[in-house]
Order: sequence, then structure tokens, then C-alpha cells
Amino acid sequence: MTAWTDLGLLGVIVTDLFVLSTTRIGACIRALTIQGILLAVLPPLLHGGPGTSGQLVITALVTLLIKAVVIPRLLSRAMRDAEVRREAQPFVSMHLSGLLGVSLVAFAFWVGRALRLPIAVASDLILPVSLATFFVGFLVLVSRRKAITQVVGFLMLENGVFLFGLCLTRALPFVVELAVLLDVLVGVFVMGIMIHHIRQEFDHLDTFELASLKE
Amino acid sequence: MNGNALDLAILVLVPPLLPAVIARTKAFFAGRRGQPLLQPYRDILRLLRKDAVYSRTTTWVFRAGPLVSCATALAAGAVLPLSASRHAGGFSGDIVVFAYLLGLGRFFTMAAALDTGSSFEGMGASREAAFSSLAEPALFVALAILAINARALSFAGTFGALTWSMWGWNAPVLLVACLAIGVVLLAENARIPIDDPNTHLELTMVHEVMVLDHGSVDLALVQYGSAVRLFVFGALFLHTVLPHLEVSHSTGAAILLAGELAVAVMVGVVESVMARLRLPRVPQVLAGAGLLAAIGLIIQLARSAR
Repeated sequence: MTAWTDLGLLGVIVTDLFVLSTTRIGACIRALTIQGILLAVLPPLLHGGPGTSGQLVITALVTLLIKAVVIPRLLSRAMRDAEVRREAQPFVSMHLSGLLGVSLVAFAFWVGRALRLPIAVASDLILPVSLATFFVGFLVLVSRRKAITQVVGFLMLENGVFLFGLCLTRALPFVVELAVLLDVLVGVFVMGIMIHHIRQEFDHLDTFELASLKE
Repeated sequence: MNGNALDLAILVLVPPLLPAVIARTKAFFAGRRGQPLLQPYRDILRLLRKDAVYSRTTTWVFRAGPLVSCATALAAGAVLPLSASRHAGGFSGDIVVFAYLLGLGRFFTMAAALDTGSSFEGMGASREAAFSSLAEPALFVALAILAINARALSFAGTFGALTWSMWGWNAPVLLVACLAIGVVLLAENARIPIDDPNTHLELTMVHEVMVLDHGSVDLALVQYGSAVRLFVFGALFLHTVLPHLEVSHSTGAAILLAGELAVAVMVGVVESVMARLRLPRVPQVLAGAGLLAAIGLIIQLARSAR
């Protein structure tokens, strides 16, 4: 059982770094979809067993629906409407951000060793991977110009928080998890509307331009 | 001692079979019958009978290139434990010797290519240098993962520490090491997603363009050496995928032969179903393999520290 969990967590890190080192927004969204599927599968793998509770199954299904179907669809539609395909001229070059990503993963593992959790965790990788996803999501959020890639970064950040919650899931009621999922969905809706408005106003999605004042 | 002699005989005699198996696999996918399995041996014998022609611009470096690259490949194969049984011998640090023997061979191939003064060969050497500078860290990090896991710097200790149960508790690390070594295998042997060994356009060649000026005995050495290098990398890949087995030496040798054939078929399948990558994409793939291996190293370090 731990082997499959570990492989799933490895997949999460790999999708993190993939998003960090690709310029194509479509590929970013696909990687996010894969990450969503992995996140939906992980809780039953970790806490499931012969007597799996109905709550666990419902959370997994809702996670799958929102993270792997609804949000990627919304993002793809935003991408199509805004007619952006590539993240041109990010603030940090792709090679550098790949290297930064690996250092962030190393940092996350270092922090994860220092952090002591109140309850025992099924796999020693969950905490570092959740921190790494959080950091990498944050890096994507601050280092990209296009609004869609920034949304992708925000969602990865949220995925990190979701994984962190997985460490504490025995202590955290599932209602809270579901509420967080709903919040994220609403957040993506709001961002979709924002993207629409930025595009209508400026004819492009470069958020850097928002920093300069115009008459 | 007897077992080592068996290993050595396999190392010297079997390698030219592998390119033929790859060619047969590709022919099968294309619906052809393909070349006879002994064709590479015949090619090498034919080339050995020919007289050599050397350009007047070349020096001893050009003649040393094929010799050194073939000799280093054989030496690397002698350092690596081949048969899949319990390994004895070796010395601490033979992992590093292995990697740099192959590096030395590559250096002389590139030097010989530059020595001809041909612009195409220089271009191939420059590409080879660029790609191998990315492939070498990936190989080294993957080997470091295995060495840290075993807390030993020798192949015997490293492979001895790999067991079936490791796939249970350390699956991500092993998987990453296998993937990295697999990508390096394809890159170092100039196989398809990285380089096309059958291409005939100098502008797109990487490895083949460096040996254009070699003929006769030199070309035979180049072909034999590249087959040996494929065999050696196949053995390395095999030892990483297949954990340590408690079998007799001859059974281990049989497993090695079967595994090498499987690796050759796998390479043939990869070559049949994939197109060659665009040149700017190649460094990305190699760097990606390196990054993946680095993550495996981080996980391995975190796990062996506790």
C-alpha cells in the first residue's frame, strides 16, 4: 500500500516540476488535471481499507469531479477565449525555474524533517511533498505574467494545502475538506471572470501591465 | 575465477548481437524480415579485411579515437559486475571509474572528430559535448542514489543492497533511478528519441557524424565499441531494475543474456513507436531526467537520514 502512495506522491512532485518548466499553458492545465486525479486517489489509498467509510468515497469523488474535471474545463475555456497558448517571457527563465523548483523541493524536505506532526502519518513523503507543492505553486504564482498561469499556480498552492490536510485528516472533519473544495471552485470562477475582464479591457492577459497607471 | 572468465567471454562476444536484435525489432514493426542476426559480426569482419585510408590533415589523435573508445568501453564492462548472481570483487570507487572510463572514450571520439578538420564533424562533436554534459549528471545522480542506498561506493555493494522488498518501501527512488539510467542509455548510445543512428543527413546527425571519416579497422572498432557500450549500459540498467538474486553464476549469466536481449527489444520498440526529438528538445529531456534523478536523490537522502 505504501508503495502506491509513494508513487502517487512522486507523481505529484513530477507534475509540479513539469508545470514549472513548460511554457505551454495547455500542457500546464493537463499536468494540473493529472495532479487533481492523483490527489483524488491518494486519500482512499492512505486511509482506505476493507471498512472504508462512505465519507471517504464521497470526498474522493467530489475531489475528482472538481479538481480533475470542472476546474481544468474552466481553465481550458478561459485559455481558448483569451487566445493565449504560451507563457512568453516569464519573469524567471524556464531553466532557472526548473533549478529553483528542485531547490524548493530540497528545502521542503529539509523543513519537513524539522516539523513534528501531532499524529502519526502513513507515509513520510506526504508532509515534504505537500510543502514542495505549496512552494512550487507559490513560485509559479509570482514568476509568471499571464493570468491563467497564475491561476494554475494558485491551484497548485491549494493542492499543497490539500495534501497537508491529508496528514491531519484523522483530526480534520471531511465537511471542512468539502467546504475548502467549494471555496476553490468559487475562487476559480471569480478568476475566470477577472481574466475575462482583463482581456476585454486590455486585449491581452499580461498582468504586469496592470502595474502601470493609465489615463 | 571461472565465473569471471565466463563474464569476460560474454562481454567480448555477445555485444554485436544487440544492434542486430534492435534492427530486427524495427524491421518487425515495419513489416519487413530484417537483417540476419549475425550481420554485425560479418560487417566487422569485412571491415577488418579492408585497407585504411587516412587524410593528411589528421594526426595520431584521429587514429587513437576509435581505439580508446573501444578499449574504454571494454574496460567499463570489466569493471561492472555482469552476471546477475552474487557479485564478488570490485573495489571501492569503481562506480566513479566506470563513469569516467566512458567519459574518456567519449572525449577521444570527440577529439578524433575535431582532428579531421571537417566542419560537420566539429558540429557533431559540439552537440555530443553539449548532450553528454547533461546526460552525465543524470547518470551520476542515479548512481549516487544507489550508492547512498547501499552506503557503498562499489558496484558489488550497491547492487547487493537492492532487494525485491525495496520495490515495496522505496519504490519512487528505485523507479526514478531506473528512468534516469534508461534515458542515459538511449542518449549515450545515440538511440532514437535523442539521436538517429541510421540518419544520412550530416546536419541532423550527432553521434554518427563524428565517425564519418573512419574506415576499415577503425570503423570496425567504432562499431564494435558502440555495441559494447550498449551492452554495458544494458547490464547497468538490468542490475538496477532486477534486484540482487541468489543464483549460481551460470544461471546469472543466462539471466544477463535474456535481459540484454529484452533491453535490445525494448530499445527497438522505443525506436519504432517514437519519432526523433527536435534538436532543441533533446537538452530539455536530458535535463528533465537529471531533475527527476535529483528528486530521487533528495527522497533517498531524507529516508536514509532517519
